[in-house]
Amino acid sequence: MSHLLEVRNLVTTFRNEGKEFNAIEGVSLHVDRGEIVGIVGESGSGKSVTMLSSLQLIASPGRVAGGEVYLEGIEQNLLSFGSDSEQMRQIRGGRISMIFQEPMTSLNPVLTVGYQIQENVLLHTDLSQEEAKKRTIEAMKMVNIPDAETRYDYYPQQFSGGMRQRIMIAMAMAPNPDILIADEATTALDVTTQAQLLEMIRRIAKETNTAVIMITHNLGLVARYAERIYVMYGGHMMETADCKSIFHETRHPYTRALLRAIPRLDDPKDRILIPIDGLPPVPSQRPDYCPFYARCEYRCDRCLQHTDAAMKEVLPGHWSSCCLTEEELAAREEELQHKDYGASPERKQSDKLCLDVKDVRKYFPVYKGLLRKKVGEVKAIEDITFFVRQGETLGVVGESGCGKTTLARCIMRMYEPDEGQIIFDGEDVAHRKDNELKAFRPKISMIFQDPFSSLDPRQNAESIVGESLLIHKLVKDRGEYAQRVDDLFRKVGMDPALKDRVAHEFSGGQRQRIGIARALSSNPRMIICDEPISALDVSIQAQIINLLENIQAETGISYIFIAHDLAVVKHISDRILVMYLGRVMEIASCDELYENPLHPYTQALLSAIPVPDPVTEEGREAITIQGEVPSILKRPTGCPFHNRCPQCTELCKKETPALHETRDGHMVACHQY
Amino acid sequence: MSQLEKNLSPEKARKAAKEHKAKNRRVFIKTLFSRKLVLVSSIILVLIILAAILAPVISPYNPNAIAVKERNQSPSAAHLLGTDEYGRDVLSRIIYGSQVSLIVGVLAVAIACVIGTTLGMIAGFFGGFVDDVISRIAEAIRVIPQVVLAIALCAVFGGGIVNMAIILGISNMTVYIRMMRSQVMSIKERDYIMAGRLQGNSNWRLMLRHILPNSVSPIIVTMTQQIGGTILSEAGLSFLGLGISVPTASWGSLVSGGRAYLLSNPVYSLAPGFAIALLVVCLNTVGDGVRDALDPRLRGEV
Repeated sequence: MSHLLEVRNLVTTFRNEGKEFNAIEGVSLHVDRGEIVGIVGESGSGKSVTMLSSLQLIASPGRVAGGEVYLEGIEQNLLSFGSDSEQMRQIRGGRISMIFQEPMTSLNPVLTVGYQIQENVLLHTDLSQEEAKKRTIEAMKMVNIPDAETRYDYYPQQFSGGMRQRIMIAMAMAPNPDILIADEATTALDVTTQAQLLEMIRRIAKETNTAVIMITHNLGLVARYAERIYVMYGGHMMETADCKSIFHETRHPYTRALLRAIPRLDDPKDRILIPIDGLPPVPSQRPDYCPFYARCEYRCDRCLQHTDAAMKEVLPGHWSSCCLTEEELAAREEELQHKDYGASPERKQSDKLCLDVKDVRKYFPVYKGLLRKKVGEVKAIEDITFFVRQGETLGVVGESGCGKTTLARCIMRMYEPDEGQIIFDGEDVAHRKDNELKAFRPKISMIFQDPFSSLDPRQNAESIVGESLLIHKLVKDRGEYAQRVDDLFRKVGMDPALKDRVAHEFSGGQRQRIGIARALSSNPRMIICDEPISALDVSIQAQIINLLENIQAETGISYIFIAHDLAVVKHISDRILVMYLGRVMEIASCDELYENPLHPYTQALLSAIPVPDPVTEEGREAITIQGEVPSILKRPTGCPFHNRCPQCTELCKKETPALHETRDGHMVACHQY
Repeated sequence: MSQLEKNLSPEKARKAAKEHKAKNRRVFIKTLFSRKLVLVSSIILVLIILAAILAPVISPYNPNAIAVKERNQSPSAAHLLGTDEYGRDVLSRIIYGSQVSLIVGVLAVAIACVIGTTLGMIAGFFGGFVDDVISRIAEAIRVIPQVVLAIALCAVFGGGIVNMAIILGISNMTVYIRMMRSQVMSIKERDYIMAGRLQGNSNWRLMLRHILPNSVSPIIVTMTQQIGGTILSEAGLSFLGLGISVPTASWGSLVSGGRAYLLSNPVYSLAPGFAIALLVVCLNTVGDGVRDALDPRLRGEV
C-alpha cells in the first residue's frame, strides 16, 4: 500500500561539544491524501525535527543520518536528493508547505503580503504574472480575508496576529500543495482565534483534498481536529492510531500518563491530576532502551533489554512501541487503580474577605510629538469590581489585551489606579505612596509566567528565595535564615542542596518551583499567579498545579490565578472572573460558570477550548464568534463585545451594560439578563 | 527529580554547596584558559606587571642616568636595546615606563568606570529629568574630540601621572554612561526586577543587587578594552609632550624621543612601540576571554 508521504526509520543527529547524539531515532510515519494527522509531544520530543528532517531543512550542527522518505509520484528516496537540489526546492513550498508558530516574524515587513503570496505561486507553478495574482486573491479569499483585492497591497504590519497567520496559510495553500504542515501554527494565538483558524484549515483541507500534519503539544486540539495521531516522546515514536483509538484504547504508558496529567474542561471539580514524575531525558543522555523508562509507572526489567525503537501493531491500525503485553499492562493498571495518589487536598475557606476591589480604573496616557503632548488615553481597565475570600482561588481569564496583567499590577500596586478602592486585609492600599507600601509588600506576592526571565540570572537560588526574609527582617540571625530557606525549598519539593546554583542550571519546572518558593517566603496572604504554567510542558504542569493546591490547603493562602487556558483555571479555581477589553464580563463560581455560562463571550470562550476526548468533542455544540479581539485603542462604544456578539441589539451598541447579580453571586455584564 | 527530592542532611547539603561553588570556580578558570590565545596573553600580561613591580631589581641601569659618552648606541651586549640621545639605557627606560602606562591605564579606567557606571545607572533607572541632565552632560563631553579635550585639560591642570589618569578618566566616562544607561533601561523591564520590586527592594538595593551584577559583563569587556585604549591615549599625549613630564620614562615619550633617530637607531623608537602594542593586544584578548567565561549561559554548556 503506498501513501502520499511515507517516512521510514528516520534518524537525525545533532553535534554538541564534539559528541553526536540522535535527536530522533528510527521514526516512521505516513500520511494519506486529504487526511488530518496530528503529531503530539512535549518540547524536545522531536516532532518538529521529524518534519524538518523529512524536508531536509535541518541546519548544522544537525544532520539527517539515515532513513527513507517517499512522496507519491517520485520513485526515489527524497533523502537521496541534495538538500539544496532543484527537486527538493520544488517539493518544499510546492508539494509540501509549512506554517510556523510565530506569525509576527514569518512575514517580510518590507514586502506587501500580496507580493509574498504571489512569489510563492510563481516559484511553484507555471502561471503567468496575472494568473498568479488571480490565484493569490483567491487564496486570500479562501482564508476569509475581507476585501482581498485591496488587502493585496497591504504590508504585514497592517494585519493582526490572527490575520497574519491567515496570510501564512494563504501563502502555503496558494500553489496547491499536497501536504500542509502546521507546526504549532495556532499556539501563539488567542483561543477564539485558534478555533476559527483550525476550523478553517479543516474546511480548506477537505475542499482541496490536501493532507494536513498538525504538530502540537495540545492533546485537546488533536482530539478535536485530527483523524490519526502520532505520539512522540524523547525522539521516539511512542504510539499511533486513529483518534478515537488513541484516547479510548490507549496502549502506551506515556500516552496514558499524559491523559491522567492534563486537566480537562469536563472534569469534575475534585479530580486529582496525576503528574508524571521527573523530567524528560536530555537528548545527549538518552538511554538506548525506551526513553520513558525512568518516569514510567508500568516499567519492568524487560524494558531495559528492549532496544528496538520500532512500533508493533497491537490492535488493528493501532501501533505502540511499548514492549509490555496487553495482559501485563492490564495487570499493572489494576495495581495502579489501587495506588493512593492522595485525595484532592481539603481546603479551608473563611468568609473573611482578603481582597475587595471596587470600581478600579486605570488609563494610560498617550503622548505624541516633540513636546510630549497628551493626545489620548489607553483605557486599560475600567469599572473592575470583585472580591476574593481568604483561602479562595479566583481564576481570571481573558484573551490577550483584556487587561489581566494591568489588573494584577494594580493590585500589586506596581501601578497606582486612577480611581477606585483596593481593600486588602481591611485597608485601602489603592492610593498609598511608595514609602507607605512597605508593610503591604510582604503580604502579597506574585508568580510569573516566564520561569526564565523572572529569576535574576546572577543570583543563586538561595538569595532569590531568601531575599524578602532579609528585606523585611523576618529572621533574627543567619541560622534562622538558613533554616527558613531550607524549609521553603522542601515546601516546593526541591532539595536544599541545590540552593547555591544559579537559575540557568535548573529546568523550567524547577525554576517555577523556585519562583513559588520566593513568592511564599514572606508568608503572604495572597499570591497572584500570572499564567504560572503556560510556559511549562504538559507533563510538568500537573506537578505545579498540585503543588499550588497543596500549599493552599496547608497555609490557607488566597490565589488570583490568571490564565487563558480555561481547563486549568477550572481545575484550580473556586470562582472565575471573565474579562474582555478591560471590563469584567462575568463572575461566577466555577461549576456555575461552566454549566451555565450567561455571557455570550463566556459561551464562545468555553466552546473554543477543545476537550482531549474525541467522543465528547463530537457531542459538543460549537459556538464560533466572528472577528478577533480589537485593539484596546479601538474599543467599541457600548458593550465592548457587541461587534462580535451573535445576540447584539441596538441597546448594546449604545449603552455599556453594568455588572449585576443574577442569582447567588453569579454576576454578568450583559443587557440580556 | 527523584534524586533531587530526597533530602540531604544539613551538613551534607552545605558540603555539596561548597563543592558546587568550587566547581563553578574551576569551570570559570578552565573556560577562561581553554583558549590558547587567552592563556598566552595572560602570561605576557603577568610578566609585564611583574616587570613593572620589580623594575628596580631587574632593570640593568638607572633609567635616568645620563652617560654622554654612550649616547645613541645601537643594541649591544651592554645595552640590549641600545641607548638614547643622553646615553640612557632604553631597556631600563622601557621597564620603568611600563609602570607609568599601567598605572595611568588602570587608574583612568577605574575613574571612568566608577563615575560613568554610577551616572549611567541613575540615568537609566530613574529616567525623566535626571536622565535628561546626565545625558546632556555626557553629550557635551562627547562632542569634543577626546584628544582635544585631553590636550585642553592637560594645558590647564598640567601633566603628571595622577592628573593624566583623571583627565583620561573624565574623557572616557561617557562610554560607560551611555552603555550603562541602555543596559539598565532594558534590564529594569524584566520580570525579575519586577519581582524584586514586589518583594519590597528599595531602589538603591535593586540597582546594586540586581541590575548592576546583570550589566557587569559588557562593562568588564569595555574596561579591558579601554585600558588598552587609555594606554594608547597616554602614549599619544606623552608623544606630543603633554603627558608625563621629563625625565620620567613613559612609552609614549620614548617613541617620540626615538623618532628623530628612526633611520640611525630604529630599535630606540620601535621597541617601546612594540611594548605598547603587545600590552594592548594582550589586554583585549584577556578581556574577551573574561567576558565569555563570565557569561553563565556560555559557561553552562561547557
